[in-house]
Amino acid sequence: MTSLTAICTLLAVGILLVILAYIALHGIGSLSFRFLIDSPRPVGEGGGIGNAILGSLVLLGLSSAFGLPLGIAVGIYLSEVGKGHFAGVVRFIVDALTGVPSIVTGVFVYAILVLPMKHFSAFAGGVALALIMIPIVARTTEEMLKLVPHSLREGALALGAPQWRVTLGVILPAAASGIATGAMLAIARVSGETAPLLFTAFGSRFFSTYLDRPIASLTVQIYNYALSPYDEWHAQAWAATLVLMTLILGINIMVRFLARKRF
Amino acid sequence: MSATTPGNMAYTEKHSHWRRVLSPTGNTGDAIFRLLMLGAGLLVVSIVIAMVIALASDSMLSIRQFGWGFLTSSQWNPIKGEFGALPFIYGTIVSSLIALLISVPFSLGIAVFLVEQAPHYISRPVGFLVDLLAAIPSVVYGVWGIFVLAPFLRVYIEPPLAKWFGWMPLFQGPITGIGMLTGGFILAIMVTPIISAVVRDVLSAVPESQREAALALGATKWEMIRVVLVNGAPGIAGAVILGLGRALGETMAVTMVIGNRPEISASLFDPSYTIASAIANEFTEATQDLYLSSLVELGLILFLVTFIVNGIARVLVWNVTRKTGGVGRAA
Repeated sequence: MTSLTAICTLLAVGILLVILAYIALHGIGSLSFRFLIDSPRPVGEGGGIGNAILGSLVLLGLSSAFGLPLGIAVGIYLSEVGKGHFAGVVRFIVDALTGVPSIVTGVFVYAILVLPMKHFSAFAGGVALALIMIPIVARTTEEMLKLVPHSLREGALALGAPQWRVTLGVILPAAASGIATGAMLAIARVSGETAPLLFTAFGSRFFSTYLDRPIASLTVQIYNYALSPYDEWHAQAWAATLVLMTLILGINIMVRFLARKRF
Repeated sequence: MSATTPGNMAYTEKHSHWRRVLSPTGNTGDAIFRLLMLGAGLLVVSIVIAMVIALASDSMLSIRQFGWGFLTSSQWNPIKGEFGALPFIYGTIVSSLIALLISVPFSLGIAVFLVEQAPHYISRPVGFLVDLLAAIPSVVYGVWGIFVLAPFLRVYIEPPLAKWFGWMPLFQGPITGIGMLTGGFILAIMVTPIISAVVRDVLSAVPESQREAALALGATKWEMIRVVLVNGAPGIAGAVILGLGRALGETMAVTMVIGNRPEISASLFDPSYTIASAIANEFTEATQDLYLSSLVELGLILFLVTFIVNGIARVLVWNVTRKTGGVGRAA
């Protein structure tokens, strides 16, 4: 029976390697420096994903600016401040929010931001991604804060420090590396999100950093190119996928090694 | 530390109940700090409430027009203004069930291998690789699905299925590689790392003494694993339901391989459509108010269903992993 379970595991790892191999093989062909900095062009004229990379960075920056502080604050609330029923409710809601399909987040942000503003915008895209980040960051922050030994809290309180100084000055720094890992994983997670951007950030074929206008992103560009009927754009979709996967795998592997150093 | 209020004794008499709840130490900085963190918690709760309100109010038009008939009508015709969600509900449920059918045995096998059988120097790196499957974005699965998985299924999997099981309505009709079966397959790959990760946590939480007791009673290693699986059964059920929740809401990869045709067909080879992919595909095209409202109502249905499904899963998993927390096996 051991061999049966081993085969299951091998198959899963095999599929991972097959997917990564296909991305590397198909993607490397169209990859060039020009491709990374150029903006999209009509079929037959090459073009690149420079605007999409810039757009993704803008969206990630925006979502981190909203999502990280709020997520960490919720984590602190759950671990250090909240007690009783309401904290239980918040914890349950945060967990449930993790399970909300990202497309629904997109519809929600469309309803509250895009409809009133009457146009798609990078801002709306950033908010949608932030909503996905918050529960992830909150839960990892809570878990990391709970790992900090209780004696540290008691020691600091015994020295006469008020709770806010104990939490921000002693507990948070002690858990900082773990919280940073969680934040990086959250960024990796949202950098691959497509569904919530389809009708918030929408996409664009030009370089743009305006927050009130539609903005391109790597994932939406991959989606559009993959569904196009042109072989050239298919090749570009693979190359853009390679760029995206390099970023995401890079973060994941880095986090893995940082985490190992810690424990 | 200039914010410290002097006189803790006097404070308890003078200040209101709420002040005491916010700052048991009577420190103004603490009160502000606790208020801010509480505010963050409140904000998250209000986001979810706002989601329900926004989705419900924007789908009011469609709810008024169709009522419960929205759920049971299979007519989806934007040109005639007829909107029924049944084909999407059907497609969502069937593709998710196919995914679970394929993925659950594999996930259990992976979890048992990594927690119970493999030595540490294998289970750690291999576990990381399995987890990496969950890090691959949906759209990347979609790209791989259209260009690699769909042609593979069309050539190597679907013809034999049609040949051997063609007498069943499930495996009849033209073979294109794009359809319900491919959607189910890609979902299976996507939920496997999620289910297996939670099952690993659940198995790790089963107390070591259970294993020792089983072995001491003369159980073989495999019988011992059965004891562990039975012990973790509620948590495993939770893991499966969690995978279901994920599969129900998965959008991009499914949209790219399922064919996107709002029809209910018995054959798994035929194109289908899911709730999430309908929203992704048609939202920006919906020009009439009723059309948009119907799509938002689809979103509301998806939100409520996944919320309930995830809630059930969390309760099941929490019960197992929290009760025995700390005395289980180190994963």
